[in-house]
Amino acid sequence: MKVMVAVKRVVDYNVKVRVKADQSDVDIGNVKMSMNPFDEIAVEEAVRLKEAGKVSEVVVVSMGVKQCEETLRTALAMGADRAIHVETDECLQPLAVAKLLHAIAQDEQPQLFLLGKQAIDDDANQTAQMLAALLSAPQGTYVSNVELGADEVTVTREIDGGQERLGLKLPAVISVDLRLNEPRYIKLPNIMQAKKKPLEKKTVAELGIDIQPHLIQLKVTEPKSRAAGIKVADVAELVAKLKTEAKVI
Amino acid sequence: MSVLIIAEHQQQQLDEATLHAVTAAAKLGEVDILVAGDKVEKVAEQAQQIAGVRTILLADAAVYAESLAEAVTPLVISLAKEYTHILAAATSAGKNLLPRVAALLDCAPVSEVIDIIDAQTFVHPIYAGNALQTVRSEQAQHVLTIRATAFAPAATTGGQATIEKVAYETSQNLSRFIDRTLTHSDHPELTTAKTVVSGGRGLGSAENFAALLNPLADTLNAAIGASRAAVDADYIPNEYQVGQTGKVVAPELYIAVGISGAIQHLAGMKDSKVIVAINKDADAPIFNVADYGLVADLNVAVPELVEQLKAIMS
Repeated sequence: MKVMVAVKRVVDYNVKVRVKADQSDVDIGNVKMSMNPFDEIAVEEAVRLKEAGKVSEVVVVSMGVKQCEETLRTALAMGADRAIHVETDECLQPLAVAKLLHAIAQDEQPQLFLLGKQAIDDDANQTAQMLAALLSAPQGTYVSNVELGADEVTVTREIDGGQERLGLKLPAVISVDLRLNEPRYIKLPNIMQAKKKPLEKKTVAELGIDIQPHLIQLKVTEPKSRAAGIKVADVAELVAKLKTEAKVI
Repeated sequence: MSVLIIAEHQQQQLDEATLHAVTAAAKLGEVDILVAGDKVEKVAEQAQQIAGVRTILLADAAVYAESLAEAVTPLVISLAKEYTHILAAATSAGKNLLPRVAALLDCAPVSEVIDIIDAQTFVHPIYAGNALQTVRSEQAQHVLTIRATAFAPAATTGGQATIEKVAYETSQNLSRFIDRTLTHSDHPELTTAKTVVSGGRGLGSAENFAALLNPLADTLNAAIGASRAAVDADYIPNEYQVGQTGKVVAPELYIAVGISGAIQHLAGMKDSKVIVAINKDADAPIFNVADYGLVADLNVAVPELVEQLKAIMS
């Protein structure tokens, strides 16, 4: 069984981004970029399924600028078998990504799709659901446990009040939650091996997808900053402030 | 302009989150609410009472029992052409469903909308709430999930919506529901509570988390929340997590106990009206957003706080 994993190159999760002075965008020049943390978990899960003998091939896909190759190499070093890079300098929104993944899936015909539940830059939480819709496939979102059978995958989903389990007929699309697994640490020999693994290039034009954004970014602003607070000396002062100054108790 | 809201409910009870979506929708046009489920007439009757709603569309069938996206999406699509906007609250259910609907409408949705400028211009947070993006949707239809904490709830009385049954033959064999485990809590619901008491890794253990925070939450009639570190350390289940990947809350009072204040946590609580931090590390980033900070050992300070609160609240 083949698994396809989508990975995104994003600003590293430890970086606090700044908004440009002209409000045109966030300033991500010269900041550290990494694989989206949720996607790392998706890659890890795919590799574990392969190690457990339930999956024969793990294909990773990324879309965007040339440097997405690095993200794909990281996934290959984690244990993916081969990579596909759709190179474009255009801004891709989740709908376009879902359409591109759908187009690639027509050739690849994977039985299982693993994606992160959201990218930590746009925080959209949309791509997996949209891909499932385009494929007319079932979706398991916010998944914290995967049990892969021959024609069905059982998933545990993190929902607002607790958890639920669903059975999804294959092919199925899964978006992973942080609790699914702990991604492995990549060792140097794996990085060397990853350099020899195949990385195929595709273009938006040959996939025949219109990636024109339907949403136009008008501006990006700083959220309202909070006025600096005070430090209180002890519990008595805290209680007094909450009662008489903030009036919240 | 007309707006379809997909109601969220627990089969018998309409969820509060839907009321917040109604307030957002009222800025856009006439508001209809779709109640899809199995034997959910009671939910439809509750929705009927909400002020400012025109029609309740009631889709009552066994196939909608567990609100599976594969079952509900074709129903929504069958109704969608009558509407310029399709909305749901940005809950786990809303975020699961709406992008699937949007893709089939060839529409790019906007997630977690916190402000509506006009019928096609929306503001939503990106980068864990460190930036706000204003987008214009150049589409015939707009699909939005609404961040509940950014809009007041609509009144649950005074409404006179008519209930209209919608019949849509649908069956689906793509997914099946197996079971659901809901965490029982004696405290108010996290996302709508007026006061939230949250714990982090500083609590040290599950026992200590419960022993220190439960009395504090009881005293204040507060909901309990947690940082990711506390959830990962199994002090408390995942659904209590506040932050970029958990719940977003904006209570009157948020008390962060033993929480350092990572970017991802702040994304879920920094719109609270008053923030209190109790932490022994005076340099913890949580103090940068706290209105009142107490540098102290939480094992001493929290029980003392409970005692003093009890004294003034009794």
